[in-house]
Formats: sequence, C-alpha cells, structure tokens
Amino acid sequence: MAMGFESDDMLASFARVLEGVDLPADWIGIRGVRESVTRRTVRDGYPEDNVRSLDQGAMVEVLAHGQFGYAATNRLTPEALRAAAAAAYQQAVAASALRIHSFSVEARPKVVGQYVSPQQKPLDGFSPAELCELLSKICRELKVSEQIVQTYATAIANQTESWFVSSNGSEVYQRLALLETHFSATAQSGSVVQTRSNNGYLAHSYQGGWELFPQAALWEQIDRVAHQALELLTAEECPTETATLVLSPDQMMLQIHESVGHPLELDRILGDERNYAGGSFVKPSDFGQLAYGSPLMNITFDPTVAGEFASYAYDDTGAAATRQYLIRQGQLERGLGSLESQSRLGVDGVACARASSWNRPAIDRMANINLEPGKTPLAELIGSIERGVFMETNRSWSIDDQRYKFQFGCEYGRLIENGELTRPVRNPNYRATTPDFWHSLVQVGDRNTWEMYGTPYCGKGEPNQAIRVGHAAPVCAFENVEVFGGAQ
Amino acid sequence: MSRSVAWESTFNQIAEVLNRYVQPGEQALLQLVAEESQFTRFNQGRVRQTGQVSDGQLRLTLIGSGRVCDRTLPFTGEKETDWPLIITALAEARQELPQLPEDPFLVMPQGAATSREEYPGQLLEAAAVPEAILTPLAGTDSAGLYAGGRCMRGYADSLGQLHWFETETFTLDYSLFTADGQAVKEVLAGNQWDAAQYDRQIGTCRQFLGLMERSPKAVPRGQYRTYLAPAAVADLVSMFSWGGISEAALRRSGGALRALQQGERQLSPKFHLRENFGRGLVPRFNQWGEVAPTELPLIASGELVNTLISSRTAQEYGLVSNYAAAREHLRAPEISPGTLNEADILKQLDTGLYVSNLHYLNWSDQPKGRITGMTRYACFWVEQGEIVAPIQNLRFDESLYRCFGDCLIDLTNTVVLVPEVGSYEHRALGGAWVPGMLVDDFTYTL
Repeated sequence: MAMGFESDDMLASFARVLEGVDLPADWIGIRGVRESVTRRTVRDGYPEDNVRSLDQGAMVEVLAHGQFGYAATNRLTPEALRAAAAAAYQQAVAASALRIHSFSVEARPKVVGQYVSPQQKPLDGFSPAELCELLSKICRELKVSEQIVQTYATAIANQTESWFVSSNGSEVYQRLALLETHFSATAQSGSVVQTRSNNGYLAHSYQGGWELFPQAALWEQIDRVAHQALELLTAEECPTETATLVLSPDQMMLQIHESVGHPLELDRILGDERNYAGGSFVKPSDFGQLAYGSPLMNITFDPTVAGEFASYAYDDTGAAATRQYLIRQGQLERGLGSLESQSRLGVDGVACARASSWNRPAIDRMANINLEPGKTPLAELIGSIERGVFMETNRSWSIDDQRYKFQFGCEYGRLIENGELTRPVRNPNYRATTPDFWHSLVQVGDRNTWEMYGTPYCGKGEPNQAIRVGHAAPVCAFENVEVFGGAQ
Repeated sequence: MSRSVAWESTFNQIAEVLNRYVQPGEQALLQLVAEESQFTRFNQGRVRQTGQVSDGQLRLTLIGSGRVCDRTLPFTGEKETDWPLIITALAEARQELPQLPEDPFLVMPQGAATSREEYPGQLLEAAAVPEAILTPLAGTDSAGLYAGGRCMRGYADSLGQLHWFETETFTLDYSLFTADGQAVKEVLAGNQWDAAQYDRQIGTCRQFLGLMERSPKAVPRGQYRTYLAPAAVADLVSMFSWGGISEAALRRSGGALRALQQGERQLSPKFHLRENFGRGLVPRFNQWGEVAPTELPLIASGELVNTLISSRTAQEYGLVSNYAAAREHLRAPEISPGTLNEADILKQLDTGLYVSNLHYLNWSDQPKGRITGMTRYACFWVEQGEIVAPIQNLRFDESLYRCFGDCLIDLTNTVVLVPEVGSYEHRALGGAWVPGMLVDDFTYTL
C-alpha cells in the first residue's frame, strides 16, 4: 500500500517503517520531500508556460562501519522504503573499507521540531486566469516602444514539505512557502541589443505567499525597467579604466555568493568539489587568522531572517540552524560546513547540510549569506566619489575553481562624476581577485540601502544539485577596480 | 541496480489507457524521464558518498481549444501507484485549460510515428563500484564521480505517436592532483565497463601529472597562440546552446550568432558544426514527438546554413521547423576534423599555451559573441614545441568570431567524444564529438 503524502502524520508513518527495518546499522534515517510548484510565464503577452509540478520521494540513509550509504526512491510504500534501507546499508558496507572518514552518529544528532515559512496569503490565492492576466499586463506595460523586442514575466509558487525521522529519535517537519517572480524587457536598435530586468533573473525569490506580489511599487518598477532598457541602446560603453566601483544590492548578491559563500564551503576546502565546482583559495589554517577583507566587511550565515529565501530551522541532517558570523570586521571566523565537514576538518561550521531534493544527498550549502549594513547614507557614499561607476543587476558571472580570479558583468551602469550620478553606461563589467577586491571595500551603505534577494539556482555537487540561497546586502563601494565595457 | 521496475511496459500501458480518457477536441502528450542510477563520489582516492537513485518524472500536456497546460508528476513504473496521480492530473488540467489564454504558437503533435531504441550495457554491480574505481587510483590524490545505470526517455500522445529510448551507461568523471593542487582530468564513459581501458587511461593521466609537478608559470595577460584540446572546444561549443544558435534567441534576445546570420561577421571556412543523431547517444524525438533528421548541418565552411528551429518558433515566425527541442539547444553536436596531426600539436603550437580544459564560461557580451572563462586542469606553457611548465590559471575573454573565425589556424584530424556528465535533476545523455583546435592570439585578461 502506498503511503502517499496524504497522511497527516508522515513522521509517524516513516517512524513505523523504521521500526520494521532489521539491519545491523548504527543509524538509519528517512527524509521525505514533497514539492508542489506552479509556474506561469508570459512572453510578449502570449502564454509560454503553464505548468504545475509535483515531485515526491524519500531518501533512506544508513550509517554502518563508519560509512553512510543512501538509497532514494519515489516509491513510497513501506516495502519499497524498507528495500531502500537494505540497499543503503549494502552501499555503506561495500564502501566502508575505502571510506574517506569514519563517521559516527554525532553527524546525525537527535532533533525534534518544525519550521513553517511566514505567509499571509496562500500560494493558491491567484486563479490561473488572474495570474496569466497580471503577467500579460506586465508584458504590455513593458512594451513602451517598438524598440522593445521582447517582454517577459514569470511567477513561480512553490510549497515544499519535508519530513525527517531517524533511528535515534529525530522528528522534523518543515514547510516552505516560496515565491519567485521576474520580469524583463529587451530593447534593440540595429546590432545593439540590451536587456534590463527586475534585479536579475528570479532575484525576487522569497519565502512567503502572494502578499509578496504584486506590490505597490510594481508598476513604477516596470516603467523603470522598460525605459532603462531603451536608455541603454544609446548609452556609451562603460569606460575601460581603474575606478571606484559602487555595487547595488542586486549585484552584491552575486558578489557575495561567488567570492565569499563558495570559497568558505568546507567541502570545497576538503577537496570534495575539486572535480566539479572546484576548491578554494581558503586554507583550513585561515579560520580565525585570515583578514578576508576590509574592517567594514561583516558577513553572516543567517537562516533565521524572516522571508529570506533560504531560511530554515534545521538542515537536512537534523542540525539546528542559528545565525553565525562568518567574517567579522574583515576577519575570517568560521566556514560553511556541516557536522560531517566539521568532524573531518576540525574547524567550526554551521547547520548547512542541505540536499536539493529527496534524490540527492546533503552537502555543504550556503543558505542565507548576508553582508551586514554599515552606517553610510547613499547620498554621502556617492557624494564622496570623484570618479566611479555604479553598477546594477548581474547578467554575467565567471570565477575560477579556487574562487580567486573573477569577472562579473551587470545590466546597467551609471558614471559617478564629482560626487554625482551622471550618464548611463552599457555593458558594464569588472574584474579582480577575491582578496584584493574585499580589501578594497571602502564604504558600506546604511540599512536604508540594504536589500534582500535570492536565487533558486546555486549549482554544485556530484551528482549535481541546484539549490535555493538568499543574499542581502547594502550598497557598497570598492576602490581601484578594473572596469570595462563590451566588445568593440 | 535492480531491474525490477517495468518502466517501459507501464509507460506504454498508461499511454494506451490515457488515450481512452481524452475527450473530443483534446490532445494529450506524455513525456517520461526516468533512471535507476548508482552514484559513488570520491575524494583523496576514498569514498565520500555512495548511493542509488530510482526516479521517474512524467509530464502530461493537455491541449484543447487552442490552449495548453502541463502537469509533471512522479512516475514509479508501478501502474497502480501512477495511474491515480495521472488521472487526477488530467482532471485538474482539464479544469484549468479554459482559464488560460489562447496560445497562438502552440505546437500540435502530428502523425503516428513510433520508434524504439535500446542500448543495453554491461556495467559494474553496485557493490563492486568502490573497489573497481578506486583500486587503480591507489596512491593518487583523486576526486570524482562514478554515475551508472539505466536511463529512460519516453514519449506518447493521443494521436498514437510512441517513442522509447533506453540506454544503460556509465560515466566516470575524475581528476588526479599533485601535492600543490595542480590537476589532470579525464572522463571514461560508455555502455561497457572496461577495466583495462580504465587502467590505460589512468596510466596516461599519471604521465601528465608528472608534468604538472613542475613549478607553475605565471603567464602575464595578453594574446597567445593556443591549442584548445577537445574538452575545451566542447566547452566553447556548449555556449552555442545558450542563446547562440537558437532561432528564437536570434530573433528577439541578442543571439550571439546574429552577426553571422546578418553577414556582418564571418567564421573560418575550416569550421563546420552539425547535429548528428546517428551515433545513438541521445533520443532523436523531442517533447512533441517530432523526430529530428539524422544529420543537420548548422555551420558549413564558416557559414550559418541552419539555425535550430523548434516547431513553436516556426509557428511564430512562419518558418519551417527542423524539429529542434523547445530550448533550441544542441543535442548531438559534432565539429568536423581538420588536418592537424594530434602527434604534432606541440610542434604546430610552437610557442604558446596548451589548454586541456576550460571552466565557468559565460557571455561577457552576448550579442557580440564574447565569452569569458578560465583555464583549468592540465594547461601548459609551451616553447618551441616543448612543454616548459604548467601555468597558473588564466582568465580569457574572447569573441567566438575570432576563435572560430579569423584566429582559427586549424583543427585536429580526429574527433573524440567529450561525454556529457551533468546530473542536475537527472543524468544527462550524450556528449559532443569534437577535435582539438589551434588558434592564434587568444585573449587572456587576468
């Protein structure tokens, strides 16, 4: 008989399955996930996507002889789950002689609790017709000129529930309500093509319901996006020079993600990711020692921020999640590492073992990584810069496998001349190395400049996993950065 | 892995039964992606994570009254579990359809074509994987992933089209490292596990690794004559799938080959790119059951002779579809060989950079075809045809119009398969057949 996910008490159902498993294992856990997604997309006023998805399944994980093994299945009968437990046990045993580390049950602490996303309006609060009409209207409003050659609007509502039970008594239920929205306009004049969007693809990714969208400022934002796309058609190229670079929070999201979040992942430092995502320039001995950036740099791992995209109470191994400083006043304090990585490396970490779904094992992930606000008002920050470029909204990102040499590009730039924002520039790019860049942080905007974004597409792991992360930051200024424009 | 799941027969039964529930004026399409996979991940020559995944996702598309909507749902291969979900999804889709706007570009499936391809394999048993992959790596610092098992793709619709593709494959994607972190990468892939072939490949890797022990050279930014080995070429070609050769991207979002299409820029007459499904690595059918031509030339002698046109794009712009997938990405890319003898590569390169792999490519100016990325793994500084030293990795920022155009000196006279090893959501299939490529003045910026 299939258990399905109709049961009100999946935790009890999984616990009963565990009771029926007879294996000489040190620990057994079941993590069930059910993800229900509605995605609607309109392009140029025409429907592009009207999809509702259900994905559900469970991973059974077994610890035996110091090695974890797993088996994941979308067949949710007690028989199938018990068979998965047996297969996971065999996986662990077969690998135990060649294990990289002898793990203990301490990597799976007993935990009981639950987490539910903040939410005011339900995710089914919009009828298909209402949402399609809203997205169509966004496209119509974006079409402010014949030079706008493509308009695009999408909304994704996601409810993800997970149930975690284990042989040492863990029982965790977490229910995430997630809303991701996006719109953009592409303008063309001859061979010049420029796209401007609402802070980058699906950057408006938050926990919550339809209270998040549409908001009062939506129509002003649409007007700004459309007209800035047109503005870029005749804007000059971003100059090639070394200048003060000011980044908006929607680009700081990417900057923090690539050059702070990833290099601090302990599994990268341990070498697990060397064959795919890469390693890190950060060494184990750097924790507690390395001046990562200027004293203005304060970075937190914070899965407790209400509404931020990757908030949760427990990671996928049952570790309780708390706010922790990773970098304080520029000094590196701790890394992004699960209990498994902490035990292997012997350094402090955080509750960040997360899996993209039921069919992938948990690995070290970022969750919410935020740059704490400073004290400088925006006007004062800009006013202090004689020559610089203000860049908004990521459109291109590339960094090396040690997270050292990077080049990022933005949708929209504006020159700063004699303390004022002046002409727009197109194809703004910049490049630097991570330590130099963060040491060149000279101004951090105050809380009024602080904005929160997220993305569902942080890729990593073998087998590959794409997962949600959140990033919040104020406007920041960096001195002596190489900036440049597009191809001649 | 267990072969107890009757994926194909259940899929066929459900497709047949579902057709009885389709009402006049409706069409229903089913697509299946399923796998039974073994994943064993290793680091420092030891097992990091190991497990198996049995997964299937079914996509139900309902078309009616000029409207279309989709449902995706779990597919277990057990009819009594799957059918209630499908019939519920059909009812929900039928209820939703009238609420949706009409879709002027919706693709109606045509005909009643059927196909079936199955490529059985001889893979390692799950319990044998750790020892088989790690024993030959003993004494090395190595990291990687073995992924193996059955992958299934299915399509059926209410007109009677029925396609099935099933292949039993593995990929072993791994890297060997020196003490100071320099590395060599290889991929072993196929339908048959061949321990002797693996041993030979590791032997070659160890030789390269010996070269990587030399002190790495810091090469200043600038333009250098560069040999791009096949894996690097495959990375560059992958950018054609990201707003490159898609007709939709060319029409409305700054597709990178627009200047080529408009005759404003040229590529080298030595550059030929085509889709070739004849090698049987990926299904030829797409999400509308359309079967792509076995071969489709895209760039011939440097000229854009075809773009990838899906039936949806064809509807919108009044074109003829070449049955591309909806994303209009390359599914079976193949670059024609040139005349360079691989054994003479270092001599032909003379002085410059030998680049085995690239990393983290992205458009730095997509409408102009400019790509940035990093060198990675076994990359060397070469002088007068001799390897001098590995390099500290460099960032490049270069236009495809230069590296596949004015600056392309020649390609090697053999092509190799660079297997697709991606596994986001499910294991990807196929790969790119590409030669190596010698280019002049490749631009490095950091």
